Amino acid sequence: MKLFPVRGGIHPDYRKGETSEKPIVSLPMPATLYVPLQQHIGVSAEPLVAAGDRVLKGQRIAGNQGSLSIPQHAPTSGTIRSVGEITAPHPSGLPQSTIILEPDGKDEWAELPPPIDDPLSADPNLIRKRVAESGIVGMGGAAFPSAVKLNLGLQYKLRILLVNGAECEPYLTCDDRVMRERADEIVDGARIMAHALGVPRIIVAIEENKPQAIEIMTKAANGLLEVVPVPVQYPMGSERHLAQAITGRETPARGLTADIGVVVHNVSTACAVHQAVRHGRPLIARVLTVSGRAVREPKNIETLIGTEVTELIEFCGGLKEPPICLVNGGPMMGQPLPGLKVPVVKGMSGILALAASEVNQGPERPCIRCGSCVTICPLGLVPVELAAFIRKEQLDHAAALGLRDCVSCGSCSWVCPSRIPLVHYFNYAKGALNAKDRDRNKVERVKTMAEAHALRVAKAALAKQQRTPKATAARAE
Amino acid sequence: MTILPVAGKSGPFTHAPNSVQQTMNTVLLALLPALVFNAYLFGWPGIFLFSVTVFACVLIEAGCLFLAGQPVGATLSDFSAVLTGTLLAMSLPPWAPWWIGGLGAVFAIALAKHAYGGLGQNVFNPAMVARVALLISFPVAMTAWVVPHPLFSASAPTFHESIAITFGGGLPDTVSAASALGYVKTELSRGIPVSESMKRVPDLMDMAMGYRAGSLGETSMIFILIGGLFLIFRGIISWHIPVGLMGSLFLMATLFHTINPDRFTSGVFHLMSGASFLGAFFIATDYVTSPVSNLGKLIFGIGCGVLTWVIRTFAGYPEGMAFSVLLMNAMTLIIDQYTRPRVFGRTRSGQPLSHKEKSP
Ligand code: SF4
Ligand code: SF4
Repeated sequence: MKLFPVRGGIHPDYRKGETSEKPIVSLPMPATLYVPLQQHIGVSAEPLVAAGDRVLKGQRIAGNQGSLSIPQHAPTSGTIRSVGEITAPHPSGLPQSTIILEPDGKDEWAELPPPIDDPLSADPNLIRKRVAESGIVGMGGAAFPSAVKLNLGLQYKLRILLVNGAECEPYLTCDDRVMRERADEIVDGARIMAHALGVPRIIVAIEENKPQAIEIMTKAANGLLEVVPVPVQYPMGSERHLAQAITGRETPARGLTADIGVVVHNVSTACAVHQAVRHGRPLIARVLTVSGRAVREPKNIETLIGTEVTELIEFCGGLKEPPICLVNGGPMMGQPLPGLKVPVVKGMSGILALAASEVNQGPERPCIRCGSCVTICPLGLVPVELAAFIRKEQLDHAAALGLRDCVSCGSCSWVCPSRIPLVHYFNYAKGALNAKDRDRNKVERVKTMAEAHALRVAKAALAKQQRTPKATAARAE
Repeated sequence: MTILPVAGKSGPFTHAPNSVQQTMNTVLLALLPALVFNAYLFGWPGIFLFSVTVFACVLIEAGCLFLAGQPVGATLSDFSAVLTGTLLAMSLPPWAPWWIGGLGAVFAIALAKHAYGGLGQNVFNPAMVARVALLISFPVAMTAWVVPHPLFSASAPTFHESIAITFGGGLPDTVSAASALGYVKTELSRGIPVSESMKRVPDLMDMAMGYRAGSLGETSMIFILIGGLFLIFRGIISWHIPVGLMGSLFLMATLFHTINPDRFTSGVFHLMSGASFLGAFFIATDYVTSPVSNLGKLIFGIGCGVLTWVIRTFAGYPEGMAFSVLLMNAMTLIIDQYTRPRVFGRTRSGQPLSHKEKSP
């Protein structure tokens, strides 16, 4: 298949060899599970259980509040200890509502919804409903509710389901392993999703540095899906860039890949869909990579959602040196973890404990205008100029030059010889702009409310005036 | 086990194995072949001048950093002052007196760099500011060229004579020579056509190797080319400025030479003379003072090439590289504004692509 060139990009040190040959292993049952109510982009779920309740594996323990929210299920059977606040795996380190479950060790399944018969000819609505009820989110890291994405066929003319097995982040190999070990599930899940979306064509894109995955997937696809090796070029796994490499078309700014007829789902998401549709099992576990030089024995681990990260690290033999940072996800786009006492969530593709010797830290120096950041930005932005505006607090200028189009892929910071934390600037500025927008909306809402109030007062006054002569007249009678 | 606080810091949590220091060192490394060869060609006086210039640049950088209250050691270690000093020395007449180098260092580091705020802030190429300021203030000393007197050869000055040349009375009158560009220009002003005067400039092979009169580091085309290609190969510079500069210089010269060979020198002659190669690979490519995008760099290079040809051909000075680089430096910010890449998913004017539109 002919691929199309993608602008910019970098070739970081991939360091996937640490875990790429490590088969997926299951973590033993943890003593306690912490299931946060919100593990996705969207609206938090509401707890359906209280302290002391006994729950069964796969039982719904938090319900969804509308389509942008997803339910949570008990990862195993046990007793609810409490519904309380614990530190979320989020850089802010702020506490978040979490259901705390004590497993009873029986791992007893609840009564699950029956498998959907012949899903490839079932009503697409049935599939979407099942995916929504199973609490499935995008497992590549974005954690966007998958059912919402499966609805896109209703509003867009879609041509391609692009199954994303690029896994372009360094260190991470969980998708690689899932493709090698669960290829049939991916193929089945992808076909079900394609049916739900109403797209005729399924393409699985895998970076060329995963030859075994490509081979195994090609065999499993059996001609029903096209397996396409894509060049190793970070950020090839970004939806827009992958869609461009495959179709040659650019997703319009502020739009969706659906605008060009493409929907992108992660390979692990396809597995989860297979589980939900064929077996009625909700998303209660995931595979993730634990790696980094500070980890004694890096591994690919399948673990229950809600497992504390410390348990994963201990399962890997613990830390052999103090890490310089802990990362949730890959080293390029991942988030800093506030600590090890945080639970695994659905969108967590990796835990990295990075040692000083591998992060290549250095002091920040003045910008020497080398232009590297401009050449490599996959979005065609001019990071050096954006940063200059942000430093002067001229956020509107930065916005006019496309700040909001930045996907925070990290390439510019990675390449900058002066080690200017460009992405840090951009995240700060995007946050500030969003806050400003919210304020403006609030002001406008207040203004409209005030205007409405004034209007009501005026109307009332008018009515009173009109009534008054009558009243006066009436009294005069 | 303590975890260093990272809260609030965005990724990425890994970095390319590069740094400012490494970039500067790579450029210095790329200059090394030409430097060594030219040290051999011009002998001890050249080596003295080079040492004085670089030393003065580092000293003045340290002084400026100290006065500005910036960390002296940490900043000096990025080697940018060494690089500026090297480029400045390479563009001076090889047997110029020591104070030319010292004064040049003041112009380059104190005025052209730190007066603007230090590394990354200057608008004009420091080495070229210094060269032009020196040329205008001391036209005689700055045009006292010599033909190569290779070390250990019979014509080479002894160590003591060399000390006298650099630190004492200066150049013995007898050795000064004209650069090829200067010679052709003078002859032209005397009414002698280019086709005649060209017969007396060094032949092409000598010019390519560096056996000609010229600045301390600019004469050896072949070694500069090797260094330049090394920089491109290492990804330190892109091809845009060198190709734009030399391509436009060559095309302009060839075009006019074809029209009137008596008045205009050939494209090959232009490329081989003066600072064409040094300028194209090492001076115009200075990060700080050239545009950031590749398109901008190409335009910048073309501008430098065309201006160099115009100045060499029509202005009062035989060499135009320094002037043209400075003129284009002034245009850099404007070029940057008009050569931003097209943003992904947007048209050139910044509107989101319409849905049906195919990307170009
Ligand atoms: S983080 Fe933003 S500005 Fe930097 S390279 Fe990625 S998209 Fe471009
Ligand atoms: S990569 Fe860094 S030093 Fe180079 S232009 Fe961009 S911000 Fe400046």
